[in-house]
Amino acid sequence: MSFPWAKEYTPANGFTKFLDEKLPLPRLVYNAVGAGYPVPRNLSYFWNFGVLAGFFLVLQIVTGIILAMHYAANAQVAFATTEHIMRNVNWGWLMRYAHANGASFFFIVVYLHIFRGFYYSSYKAPREMIWLLGVTIFLLMMATAFMGYVLPWGQMSFWGAKVITGLFGAIPLVGEPIQIWLLGGYAPDNAALNRFFSLHFLLPFVTAGCVILHIWALHIPGSSNPTGVEIKSESDTLPFHPYYTVKDGFGLGVALILFMTMVFFLPNALGHPDNYIEANPLSTPAHIVPEWYFWPFYAILRAFTVDFLFIPAKLLGVIAMFGSILLWFILPWLDRSPVRSGHYRPLFRKFFWFGLIPAMIVLFICGGAPAEEPYVMLSQLATAYYFLHFLVILPIVGQIEKPEPLPYSITEAVLGSDKKAVLGENASPAV
Amino acid sequence: MTKLLSIRLVAILAGLGFALVALYSFVVGAFAFLTEETAPHLPYEEPRDFAFSFDGPAGKWDVQQLQRGLKVYDEVCSACHSLKYVAFRNLSQIGYDEGQVKAYAASKQVPGIDPNTGEATTRPGLPTDYFPSPYPNAVAAAAANNNAIPPDLSLITKARGDGTNYVASLLAGYQEPSAELLAEHPEAAPSPGLYHNPYFPNLNLAMAPPLTSTGQVTYDDGTEATIEQMSIDVAAFLTWTAEPTLVQRKQTGWPVLIFLLFATVLAYLSKNQIWAAVKPKKK
Repeated sequence: MSFPWAKEYTPANGFTKFLDEKLPLPRLVYNAVGAGYPVPRNLSYFWNFGVLAGFFLVLQIVTGIILAMHYAANAQVAFATTEHIMRNVNWGWLMRYAHANGASFFFIVVYLHIFRGFYYSSYKAPREMIWLLGVTIFLLMMATAFMGYVLPWGQMSFWGAKVITGLFGAIPLVGEPIQIWLLGGYAPDNAALNRFFSLHFLLPFVTAGCVILHIWALHIPGSSNPTGVEIKSESDTLPFHPYYTVKDGFGLGVALILFMTMVFFLPNALGHPDNYIEANPLSTPAHIVPEWYFWPFYAILRAFTVDFLFIPAKLLGVIAMFGSILLWFILPWLDRSPVRSGHYRPLFRKFFWFGLIPAMIVLFICGGAPAEEPYVMLSQLATAYYFLHFLVILPIVGQIEKPEPLPYSITEAVLGSDKKAVLGENASPAV
Repeated sequence: MTKLLSIRLVAILAGLGFALVALYSFVVGAFAFLTEETAPHLPYEEPRDFAFSFDGPAGKWDVQQLQRGLKVYDEVCSACHSLKYVAFRNLSQIGYDEGQVKAYAASKQVPGIDPNTGEATTRPGLPTDYFPSPYPNAVAAAAANNNAIPPDLSLITKARGDGTNYVASLLAGYQEPSAELLAEHPEAAPSPGLYHNPYFPNLNLAMAPPLTSTGQVTYDDGTEATIEQMSIDVAAFLTWTAEPTLVQRKQTGWPVLIFLLFATVLAYLSKNQIWAAVKPKKK
């Protein structure tokens, strides 16, 4: 795809001409993230997080490969090799802290990216495929992060692995054989640790493949924007480079300042102290909690405390937890409002800010808290709202809401209806 | 169109179903919460806040303190607790020279193999050896300690919340349970072989008070070895054993952040300059 006014790549010298004929890689980059990709001129800072997510994926792969050079996936020595990395490997502590906190920052930027998608309904036609790939990437990230957390073989690693693989044990009839098959034994041990390491190494590259498809699919319709109005003319767009490369550069700087502050000054703040105790199958921690980025979904899992009809509570929790993410796959077909942006949807906006966001915060807090009252009751109310929001409220609001008037075009949204306003070097005649 | 409608219909029914089942759990839970007594938590105390030289973003080791802490570990803790991730050579980082490290290592017996018979034996330590365990294995450790295995201390300050303060508070915090506590929670009275300590989450632990009198350890630098001083010093030493690179980490962080701050300001100014031409003029 492209817009007719997209700048065309012209090889500057003999070498790039040669390359452009044989393998037009510079042309690909130019059209993907260079001047050849026209982007809406009105993107806010909420559109920075895709690039940041890509950065943290690369950072995780680089630090992870270095850690894998010094780590041994064997239950006898895994904990000790992690300490070996921290103590004896040159800059090993930096690699490990960057990798552990990098996972957290990857999730922070991806959550912001996803919730930007919720607010601006970025999933709507013609961008359904981008959204489907994005949800796939998120599921891959969750699997990768879970298996990565098992590798240091601390107490939370071991008991987290036991709880999460135990979820499959809730499946009727075949659950227990599946759990044993997944673990390669009756409890997490060497077999589980080895396969988790193997998959933890593989899945980031699968993720990277999905990211390439995600960006490819993005370049068919082009980026969405805060008004949700599609691009109509050249004056609605700016070339990605230099406008958004420099803006993403600034965003990356801010993200790195926060990230490095955590790595160098609070490296264990997002982790759990129990994971500095070596795994011990005979000693159960007082509270088993996953990493913070799983807390909302862990709260949904634990919200189902009572059997319903013939269905055991545990199975209900497992179905709800997986369902809470899988339902994102059908969002493009649930939300039928013709308007994309939450800016112009008064009723949707109320449910988003006063329903979904508080519910997510409550689920987050309850997921990290011990399974006691009042946390359990709060998480049950928030879980009920979560499912109502996506599956009931979203489809109905789209039908009954009267949206506010949309601007005619992105240009009008930026400059007002004054056609004489300065458009700058990319100005083209008003439409 | 009918197909899309049916997707939404199924979704609405599923959404109502999930919500209904969650609310059913809520109602049952709320009823139980209102009608049943829950066991109250034992009231344990949060660690005291000691000011350590390595706290904060500009923190540094107090080498004298680490050496005092090593002496407390060496003379008291090491009778029961191992320090298996720390090597004698690491002691060069806390102010000991090569000769002192060699002499200290040689004063410890580490497991070895008799070169003539191949039998297991012990030999004097070398700087490359790790601190030896006081027990040959976990079974021996459990047998000698009423089944409570003394944990390895290498990572103890990272393995507990607010670990440095916790270790210092715990060591200095042994006391008899107060009368009010026992009146309110009779189950908090220590059973035989357990000792009361308000900083331990279930209030009673198997470790007998290890630091019992002033002067139990004779400090080389003349500091008075009160129980609190020894507790603080060994907690500082165990913070170093848990993360010998702690100060290096903080000191590396500053130039990184200053560089990033500078680069980000430049990026911001570049952004403003590049975007100036296409921003609408303020009227």
